[in-house]
Amino acid sequence: MLRSKHLIGLEHFPISDLNKIIDTSFKFKEILNTPERKINLLKDKTIVNMFFENSTRTKISFTLAEKRLGADSINFSASTSSVKKGETLKDTVQNIESMQIDGAIIRHSHPGSALKLTEYIDGSVINAGDGSHEHPTQAILDMVTLKEKFGKIKNLKIGIIGDILNSRVARSNIFGLRKLGAEIVVCGPSTLLPNDISRLGVNVTNNVDEVLNWCDAVIALRIQLERMHLGRIPSKREYHKFFGLTYERISKLKKDITIMHPGPMNRGVEIDSKIADSDNAVILDQVLNGVASRMSILYLLLGDKSNKI
Amino acid sequence: MINKKQPKKILLKKGRIIDPFSKKTFIGDILIDNGKIASIKKNITSKDKNIFKIDCKGLVVTHGFCDIHVHFREPGREDKETLKSGSIAALAGGFTQVCTMPNTNPPIDSPEHVYYIKSKSNNLPIDVFPIGAVSLGQKGEELTEMLIMKENGAIAFSDDGIPIQNAQFMALALKYSKMTNLPVINHAEDIYLRNEGVMNAGPNSNNLGLKGNPSLAESIMVYRDLALALSLGARLHIPHISTKDSVGLIKLFKSKNKLITAEVSPHHLYFCDDDIVDFNTNLKVGPPIRSKSDRKKLIEGIKSGIIDCIATDHAPHTIEDKETTFNDAEFGMIGLESCFGVVNKVLVKDNGMSLKSLIEKLTVNPRKIMNINRDLFAVGEKAQITIFDPNEKWVFSEENIYSKSSNSPFIGHNLVGKVKYVFSKDSFFAV
Repeated sequence: MLRSKHLIGLEHFPISDLNKIIDTSFKFKEILNTPERKINLLKDKTIVNMFFENSTRTKISFTLAEKRLGADSINFSASTSSVKKGETLKDTVQNIESMQIDGAIIRHSHPGSALKLTEYIDGSVINAGDGSHEHPTQAILDMVTLKEKFGKIKNLKIGIIGDILNSRVARSNIFGLRKLGAEIVVCGPSTLLPNDISRLGVNVTNNVDEVLNWCDAVIALRIQLERMHLGRIPSKREYHKFFGLTYERISKLKKDITIMHPGPMNRGVEIDSKIADSDNAVILDQVLNGVASRMSILYLLLGDKSNKI
Repeated sequence: MINKKQPKKILLKKGRIIDPFSKKTFIGDILIDNGKIASIKKNITSKDKNIFKIDCKGLVVTHGFCDIHVHFREPGREDKETLKSGSIAALAGGFTQVCTMPNTNPPIDSPEHVYYIKSKSNNLPIDVFPIGAVSLGQKGEELTEMLIMKENGAIAFSDDGIPIQNAQFMALALKYSKMTNLPVINHAEDIYLRNEGVMNAGPNSNNLGLKGNPSLAESIMVYRDLALALSLGARLHIPHISTKDSVGLIKLFKSKNKLITAEVSPHHLYFCDDDIVDFNTNLKVGPPIRSKSDRKKLIEGIKSGIIDCIATDHAPHTIEDKETTFNDAEFGMIGLESCFGVVNKVLVKDNGMSLKSLIEKLTVNPRKIMNINRDLFAVGEKAQITIFDPNEKWVFSEENIYSKSSNSPFIGHNLVGKVKYVFSKDSFFAV
């Protein structure tokens, strides 16, 4: 149903596949809003969720999407597994693979780990975040949310604010949104912007007000507080003052802008509570859209042609 | 020195006006009314009896000097210097603006500390611009809140006497400070190569049995900082360079990066390590007084413009800090009061630099580095004027010192050129 077998990242992902996933997500959202909330399109499929790195919402979102599709899913987390005993990634996944699985969701702290996995197993691989590289399902749910709100993605003006350097969410959104014709400005302290980021076809600034006055929607990224001790930002106070989505800043804008955040939020640092809880925030819509778009991804990658939605 | 009665109108007559901003020189008059430049032209006549006239015949009238590297020791060591005593010393040297280094106790490493210096300096007779620390506690590990510090009045960032050894941290500091458009100033010295050296490493340190600080300790770090600044497109100011290799490196990198600036201190232009034959602790300074050939290159460097400006690195210390062995003595010397007589003698009288060019190194050039350069002789500007006799020969003595400390190696030296009057912040001073 897609040209692709895996979803590793959006950089090389075909536009037609991306559009199909987004459009199909809306059908699943409709189903999620019915009393049954379930459609057994993957009832004979087995999916393993391999989380080598901690995750709360992505893991729950995938598990729920699998259950809503009627798939058998098993969970694996590094902290309770033989990885702790020194087993290599290859051995771990090949052992799991030999138990006959159809798809694998992987989150790992190393960039490239999802791609590596495709060499070890026959089923489809979905990247749920590989280090600072990509987090394609998050970007897809963001795009679904934007399309839901604006009816289109082409020519939308999107600001991405925060730790661009270490953010897989930023990278996947840049690749995906650019593909679909959105304009992007990334913004953050210069120590958290990669030197060559403009080569990805985005504009770069340190001035958050400039971005907010320009954009239709803004994605605030989580600022990891440990960056302070690595000498990249001095304090929560300074970050909040110069890069935070503050009430003062947002209320001054001439037009309403849509507020997004992949979570988990540091309220009072990158976003004020008043803004996170405001009518323009679609942060909780993002979460439900996350389940719908992951159902769409799983169905289109693993489902049988005969099982039409 | 400070006149208690301040005349409302002052007329400077027949001075040689050297304007380093417009680069014009002429014999003329300046009328100051209520602390502001009211008129500046060849001849100003007035019958107003209340005008206080100063005969400036034979004197040079120019912008107030600006010293971008001073230590006023407040807070923490008010026994050595205070913001107030340092300001008077600055005025005596013809300086109307100074930038204070953050190595106080506690160091100026937060917006609140910057605010403290600014508010304590409000009523002083000169402008004090605090330089904020690059890292918390000058430890070279975590960045300070540079953006808020700038809002509170920080003019640049430096960990001052503590060189940033970690190149990654230096790169991050240069990158982060780009958002402020303020320069980062790094005392360029590899502390491992310095290896507890107390004077320049060479024949003289050998003879004296003192541990030597090799010139490489500086130039290696100068190279590192220049290369980092170039690759990041960042603003870097290199303080008190002391070696010939540093001059060469700065020349090379300036051709590729317009954001690089450098300063030299009067003592490095005046002395060489041959002068430390008697363990004179007033010549113990960091970076150390270097060799004759280094001194020669520094003079060439400032003449040719490779080095942008002169900064005193005014570093007051108590008598007991200096009346000890060379090893135990503190690094540093005062320099504000003697500065002009020293650099005018070395550069203009002995080495053929033009007076106009020297004035640039004391006025517009340092101000450009700190983003505070203005047309100070424009009508309506607050008067910041220094008037000096370029030819007066004098012997620098304790009496000429207004600093709380008197650790100067220039005491007893014959200097040429003396500051006579200064206008600063609505007030007029006769030195």
